[in-house]
Amino acid sequence: MDTNFVIEKFILVTVIFAISLVIAMYSTYAERKVAAFLQDRLGPDRAGPFGILQPLADGVKMFMKEEIIPSSSNKWLFLVGPGLAMLCACIGTAVIPWGQDITINGKVMPLQVTDINVGLLYIFGVVSLGVYGIMIGGWASNNKFSLLSAIRAASQNISYEIAMGLSIIALLLVTNTLSLKSIVEQQSSWHWNVIYQPLGFLIFMVCSFAETNRAPFDLPECEAELNGGYHMEYSSMKLGFYLFAEYINMFVSSTVMATLYFGGYNYPGMDYMATILGPFWAPLFGSFIFFMKIFAFIFFFMWVRWTIPRFRYDQLMNLGWKVLIPLAIANIVITGIVIALVNNF
Amino acid sequence: MESLSNKKKVLEQKSLNLAERMYLPVIAKGLATTISHFFKKSATIKYPEQEREFSLNWRGMHSLKRDEEGRERCTACGLCALSCPAEAITMIAAERKNDEKHLYREEKYAVVYEINMLRCIFCGLCEEACPKEAIYLDGPIVPADYLRKNFIYGKDKLVEAPLEVK
Amino acid sequence: MGTSVFYFVATLSIFFALMVIFAKNPIHSVLYLILTFFTFTVHYVLLNAQFLAVVNFIVYMGAIMVLFLFVLMLLNLNKENEPNKTALIKVIGVVAGGCLFITLAGSLKAVSINNPLTLSNPNIGLVENLGKELFGPFMLPFELSSILLLSAMVGAVLLTKKEEKDNG
Repeated sequence: MDTNFVIEKFILVTVIFAISLVIAMYSTYAERKVAAFLQDRLGPDRAGPFGILQPLADGVKMFMKEEIIPSSSNKWLFLVGPGLAMLCACIGTAVIPWGQDITINGKVMPLQVTDINVGLLYIFGVVSLGVYGIMIGGWASNNKFSLLSAIRAASQNISYEIAMGLSIIALLLVTNTLSLKSIVEQQSSWHWNVIYQPLGFLIFMVCSFAETNRAPFDLPECEAELNGGYHMEYSSMKLGFYLFAEYINMFVSSTVMATLYFGGYNYPGMDYMATILGPFWAPLFGSFIFFMKIFAFIFFFMWVRWTIPRFRYDQLMNLGWKVLIPLAIANIVITGIVIALVNNF
Repeated sequence: MESLSNKKKVLEQKSLNLAERMYLPVIAKGLATTISHFFKKSATIKYPEQEREFSLNWRGMHSLKRDEEGRERCTACGLCALSCPAEAITMIAAERKNDEKHLYREEKYAVVYEINMLRCIFCGLCEEACPKEAIYLDGPIVPADYLRKNFIYGKDKLVEAPLEVK
Repeated sequence: MGTSVFYFVATLSIFFALMVIFAKNPIHSVLYLILTFFTFTVHYVLLNAQFLAVVNFIVYMGAIMVLFLFVLMLLNLNKENEPNKTALIKVIGVVAGGCLFITLAGSLKAVSINNPLTLSNPNIGLVENLGKELFGPFMLPFELSSILLLSAMVGAVLLTKKEEKDNG
């Protein structure tokens, strides 16, 4: 391995990590602002102009809080829980192609940390691993409510993972590859997968709402029934980690949806723009478009949160098992038939 | 049972049709409702910088009034303290000296006049009881403080500023 | 470098596998099992079998072990309500464990005689090659198992539907 390669990747990883943390940080601010605007309020506006320093204030508050570890808890696992939640949230960004290959001083550099040929499955695996953070934290708290909530989270995630995996299979029938870079390259200009897989996208989106534990599927942190949820024994920055991991998860889910179904960094008229902007600015503009798509999805996450009330637990399971899974299977069958017809006639 | 009025409305419980069972149309409707609020003007008033106008019958902090010549109107009769349901008002009366005629209108005046703002319920009965039209609850909101003793307002805070000679 | 990584990960997997057995708390046992599976995933990656690695990651670590943990957390595992093990069960346990040990020792001996296996195609583990292999020579068993899994899934959905009918 040559040193340039290592340095290049190190810089890329650092930049991506910083960007995802900053976006997650400002998602907390955006969440409160969006909630306020949707409810005819102003939202936080005291810390800095328009309250843009609010995330910093929140962070300082979280760090300054007293840290309490329940005496009857399993200390080691109690510490592992939030760390695992954070880790699983962060490593998902490794296989995302953030833009076209960029040329700096005549040197071509890919804007992707690694292009493994099972990238899609890797993301799927990381997402499915995320539930361990919640389960371990909930169990180690040694509290009935935390445990119930952790078990809810686990069963919810397993149920919706099935439908999510099935919707991805239909997508794979269209793309014929598991590498995220190839999937994005296939969607050049306006050939976005959402046009070919509208039902698959809908199922995937509903499932990613459930996987990130966002409203209307935020049952693991139900104030009314569970006194707060799996993190009720947590305080200080350990609680902060759990809450923060949720926002990073939301960012990663938005990224994956934009990559798989909305063409990633592709946009109509990109070939024309490439001739104007040149090999350095055109990929950056593509990344900019990509981030706009991601922000649109994050906004949609928040918009839905302040619109739809929480599902009841049996409704959640009904939706997952009786509606989404049969729909996803039907989607696979229809996609398969259409592809067979198109290829043969 | 026969209903006496015809106001009773019998609700029919129909099973949901396909569009309703799909959730999606209703969700889209809900999303449209919330996004329409996104562009509405917010009702918030940024309090310390902006203040709302008080209504005409607003009762706020008390003030002890002066007459046209700038003399205090209060004669320390104690009717306000007597009428106060929260027993928030106390006072000590004294006789006016000859050289104090320009300060107090009546021959008897209040040396000490204290209202405990933590007890006061802003009912306005002192205002009604006062025969000299000396006390009115026409001030702003009583400001917050950290110590209980700071909520006992003496004459220094209650008596309105003397009229300026123009 | 590859060999040293292998020995490191192999030591870890043996250590975690032993911890699965020796851990007193069943939950800890399951967590160690998850770690063991994780080291297996690393082994698959070292063998250039990326697809197997990821599937092991998703299916075993992500789904099956979650279910294990799920069930164990729901059980009330105390020292008091642990069932008494009779002498017969103990004997059966020793015999079964001994059989497994003998099988392992035998297979280890068999392996040591064989020549080290070299793959004709080192990229067989990549998705494309694996897919061609599965849909070529192994078409029938692969399709049969997929039908089995599909029927299990449809059955699971049907089970939820049937209950509704009974309740009216």
